Amino acid sequence: MNTILSLPIRLLRLMAQSISLALVQIWVNKTRSVLTTLGIIIGVASVTAVIAALSGLKAKIMSDIETFGTNRIFIWPTRPDTGKYKNVPWDSIRFKPEQFEGLLTYCPSVASFTQIDDERDSIRYKEKTLERIRLSGIESAWHQIESRPVIIGRAFSAIDQTQARSVCLLSQNLRDKLGMDRDCTNELVTIGYRTYRVIGVVENRPSMSMIGGAGGNEDYEVFIPFQTMYRNSGNRMWFMVMAASKSADVSEEAKAEITFFLRQRRHIEPGEPPTFNVQTVESEVRTFQKIATRFTLVAGAIVGISLLVGGIGIMNIMLVSVSERTREIGLRKAVGAGFAAILTQFLVEAVVLCCIGGLIGLGLGQLLTTIIAHIPQVDILDKAYIPAWAALMSLGFSAFVGIFFGLFPAVKAARLDPIEALRHE
Amino acid sequence: MSEKPVVIRLHDIRRIYKVGSEQIRALDGVSLEIYQNEYVAVMGHSGSGKSTLMNLLGCLDRATSGVYELDKQDTTRMGNSDLARVRNEKIGFVFQSFELLPRFSALKNVELPLIYSRQAVWNRKELAHKALERVGLGERTSHRPNQLSGGEKQRVAVARALINNPSILLADEPTGNLDSKTSEEILGLFRRLHEEGQTIIMVTHEADVACHAKRIIRMRDGKVISDLPTEEDTVWTHRPAGAGR
Ligand SMILES: Nc1ncnc2c1ncn2[C@@H]1O[C@H](COP(=O)(O)OP(=O)(O)O)[C@@H](O)[C@H]1O
Ligand SMILES: [Mg+2]
Repeated sequence: MNTILSLPIRLLRLMAQSISLALVQIWVNKTRSVLTTLGIIIGVASVTAVIAALSGLKAKIMSDIETFGTNRIFIWPTRPDTGKYKNVPWDSIRFKPEQFEGLLTYCPSVASFTQIDDERDSIRYKEKTLERIRLSGIESAWHQIESRPVIIGRAFSAIDQTQARSVCLLSQNLRDKLGMDRDCTNELVTIGYRTYRVIGVVENRPSMSMIGGAGGNEDYEVFIPFQTMYRNSGNRMWFMVMAASKSADVSEEAKAEITFFLRQRRHIEPGEPPTFNVQTVESEVRTFQKIATRFTLVAGAIVGISLLVGGIGIMNIMLVSVSERTREIGLRKAVGAGFAAILTQFLVEAVVLCCIGGLIGLGLGQLLTTIIAHIPQVDILDKAYIPAWAALMSLGFSAFVGIFFGLFPAVKAARLDPIEALRHE
Repeated sequence: MSEKPVVIRLHDIRRIYKVGSEQIRALDGVSLEIYQNEYVAVMGHSGSGKSTLMNLLGCLDRATSGVYELDKQDTTRMGNSDLARVRNEKIGFVFQSFELLPRFSALKNVELPLIYSRQAVWNRKELAHKALERVGLGERTSHRPNQLSGGEKQRVAVARALINNPSILLADEPTGNLDSKTSEEILGLFRRLHEEGQTIIMVTHEADVACHAKRIIRMRDGKVISDLPTEEDTVWTHRPAGAGR
């Protein structure tokens, strides 16, 4: 035999023999093997099921955010914690509509924007009054950014805004709740103490599992032109701005452009922290993903500790196995097995045992995952799945547990004195 | 006999066991030479050190002092893994209680030393088959030990010992667990192996077993007290007990 090749071939042979020997050994002691790997089985099953649930939750939230729109940008006034504007009066911080004139021209990455404010007020139609209804002042770009079109009638026009007309839009749910006809345009409703003419109906908000999908009063919405709301407040209203970048990819550019534009418009001195905040959903998503990943890993690690407990079972069975097979070890040594050969045999046996446990656990984990994904009342776990990395990690960890807890019994076996071993029993 | 090459050379071998504060001199200055194709019987009372000697010869144990050369190699200076290799390649050991692995077929049992051989052996099955044929068990290869008689078990063990063509075949009371008829069977096998050129050292305390060998070494208290060709020794054993030498 070629000397260069003989070492790897010998190692491979040793491995193959050890594995087949281990399988025979495990097969002979089926029941005992399964019982002792129970710790590993349960450990792996719970690790994978927990990770699957978390991954499913994450996938669900991500798909919600996708519906919500990842190209959205929120802009709102704030007083900075440091710098010159730290102690300016709150009122000087608020946005003013003229600060946003020409924004689209100077910010090429921004597709559209709307000034917006939400309040609560009562609404009355004929004899029916609803309290604390969500009242929003919006501009027509809102429908596109929110993906909630006007399905009957029309959106607010530029004239509605400039003349601050008393017109309104209702959500489908609110229209139905007020008992109005399907086409309720030109009906009159009273919001607070002012009367508005209904000019259209806005599609209901999509039902989302996680974000604000609370239902209830949130689904009863009434919209009026932003300018109407602003002027009704005596031009002293706090509001924010919601914009959409041309795509999620240019969100950061859009944010930079808006920041630059607003610093100029609001006369922020160079080097001073701004008196407003620009937040992209895209960066929120990234933060969320980071947190979710970390959370998954931590949960995985915590449950992974249970695998170590399983490892103690493995060590126990291997010690029993070594002492039961003392004579056999003695004989193997007598016919020429060295330290390494015996060590490999028992180590491989522990590892194979753990890996089989790991595979069974993985199967059980998949079963659990399928079950959670199909619990009828809980739809936030519908997307639960075992990611490939989790499956590989569980198996790798099982093998590691095998090596770690198999080492002591294997060394014990490999160090047996052949004569004493043969004299055993 | 003396023109043949030396297989084993022992020089002043001692093996001292420490039990608590007490020292047991299991071997106390043993020197001897064994030549190729010799057939030697080691005799002595229980506790005289026969097994200790065999374990040393089989490289299962190390001498406390002295030199043991096997095939001109000094084993006393070898490391554990080299000793394992020597056991694998140069020594065939047959035990009183057979020491077959119960869950393995006869063939698998015979193959066992090849698993640990340092050279890759591709035709393990074939070699194991041949070894089983050599001991007259060509048809019982797939039987498990519990499906074999005592004599057959010991023959499987002999086949296993022979599989690597060892320099010496060591047998520690190979007939100790067998009835006289099957003992004869094994001794017949040994005689044939000897005729085929195998060097054999066998421990026994039965004179009619020992007389199959060509040379008899007698031990007492860890020392060799006589070492003679069988013909001369036999005369001596037939003297009345207590007559001395
Ligand atoms: N592991 C050991 N520890 C202590 N004493 C031992 C050990 N092995 C053998 N002996 C002692 O060494 C002596 C020789 O034993 P042994 O070689 O087994 O004798 P035999 O095989 O001739 O009956 C005996 O006195 C025995 O008690
Ligand atoms: Mg003995």
